[in-house]
Amino acid sequence: MRFVDEFRDADKAHALAAKIAALCEPGRQYKLMEVCGGHTHTIYKHGLEDYLPESITLVHGPGCPVCVIPMGRVDDAIHLASQPDVIMTSFGDMMRVPGSGGSFFDANAEGTNIRMVYSPLDSLKIAKQNPDKQVVFMAIGFETTAPSTAMTMLRAAAQGIENFSVFCNHVTIIPAIKAILDSPDLRLDGFIGPGHVSTVIGCRPYEFIARDYGKPVVVAGFEPLDILQSIYMLMVQLSQGRSEIENQYSRVVPWDGNVVALQAIGQTMELRPYFEWRGLGFISHSALQVREQFAAMDAERLFQVPGVRVADPKACQCGEVLKGVLKPWECKVFGTACTPETPIGTCMVSPEGACAAYYNFGRMNRTRVPEAAQAGRP
Amino acid sequence: MCLGIPGEVIELHPDQPDLAKVDVSGVRRMINIGLLTDDPPVPGEWVLIHVGFALSKIDEREAAAAMEFLEGIGQAYDDEIAALRESLIE
Repeated sequence: MRFVDEFRDADKAHALAAKIAALCEPGRQYKLMEVCGGHTHTIYKHGLEDYLPESITLVHGPGCPVCVIPMGRVDDAIHLASQPDVIMTSFGDMMRVPGSGGSFFDANAEGTNIRMVYSPLDSLKIAKQNPDKQVVFMAIGFETTAPSTAMTMLRAAAQGIENFSVFCNHVTIIPAIKAILDSPDLRLDGFIGPGHVSTVIGCRPYEFIARDYGKPVVVAGFEPLDILQSIYMLMVQLSQGRSEIENQYSRVVPWDGNVVALQAIGQTMELRPYFEWRGLGFISHSALQVREQFAAMDAERLFQVPGVRVADPKACQCGEVLKGVLKPWECKVFGTACTPETPIGTCMVSPEGACAAYYNFGRMNRTRVPEAAQAGRP
Repeated sequence: MCLGIPGEVIELHPDQPDLAKVDVSGVRRMINIGLLTDDPPVPGEWVLIHVGFALSKIDEREAAAAMEFLEGIGQAYDDEIAALRESLIE
């Protein structure tokens, strides 16, 4: 484990905690948003908040693709899956997400054929094996998974497969960040930028956050020290009054992203005028739809999709959690009516959801490390 | 589905240049390397895989760190590996 130790070294974590604490201005409060659900997971799993002074709050963002799918789209998917001669395919993460009449698992108990797949390419194979069926892939995810859907569509076209289509629910991260920046609910000081999404889009799309909103962004890796290092980099910028885009995860994320992936997305998909996000409402130009040239692979063109809007259950406060306004444990049903076994909201279903991460790893009794305990006190 | 899992490239597909066999924690499956055409991986190199596609090349040190992170996640990673085992990419 010699490789891993350097990302986990406790001495380094304490040293970073001291450096972060030293940068806190007395009396000032800092709110930093980690956009990505994977980062939320690391923060809870390793108790990273204990390494931060009281004046720094980490706010969990909307970067969990399962969490932001509104109930209406789950219902639409089940409607598609219940059409004659349709096999729907989906990532396992979606199977337990509740729609208004139940989840994909519930729908299968009623007779639909929704199959779990690892990759959209598996859907293509199922299409080849079932030439008399229409195989509809439930495409979800940010820019991390959108290239896979795009490449699969290009492959289907190249191979002349005519019974494969996509129910496209891909969303894009930048408009969601902009919606949060424009929201009056929350004042943020900076962003821990998503790691894997940035592998595809690179760092340039974040430049408006620094330029137009004056907030720093540091794209971060997923190890505990990556996140502490990124918080330190944000604090250095804030203490110097700078707002720039920095790449802490340059060992994986190229500044310009993955050009081939971006081209594949652009070739097959285009921005929708608007799309509904759970908790965030309708956000313009925030999701992708299949381009007209690929209409034969667009489930929304091949079938009538009801497109109904379903309000979230009253008790569920996923919206506030996704916007970072509420911490998971502040939700009325957290850990009581809503648990990973019987989830009401999406944030509890997905392993990357803030509620599930906190439910599994959260600590009720927090003890700050000595380096962080005294910082920022006036 | 959101997890990037590290895999070591074992061999390239003899006929299809965008496919390669990788080893992920002892599970060997075919994945698509078509997103890395600018700098295609060769056997012995490591890639970060998302839903059957290699999204970036990584070094062995990063692969070890990523694997440690995933193993710490528990159920979600077990589910991902179980899904990979069932994968049919060809």
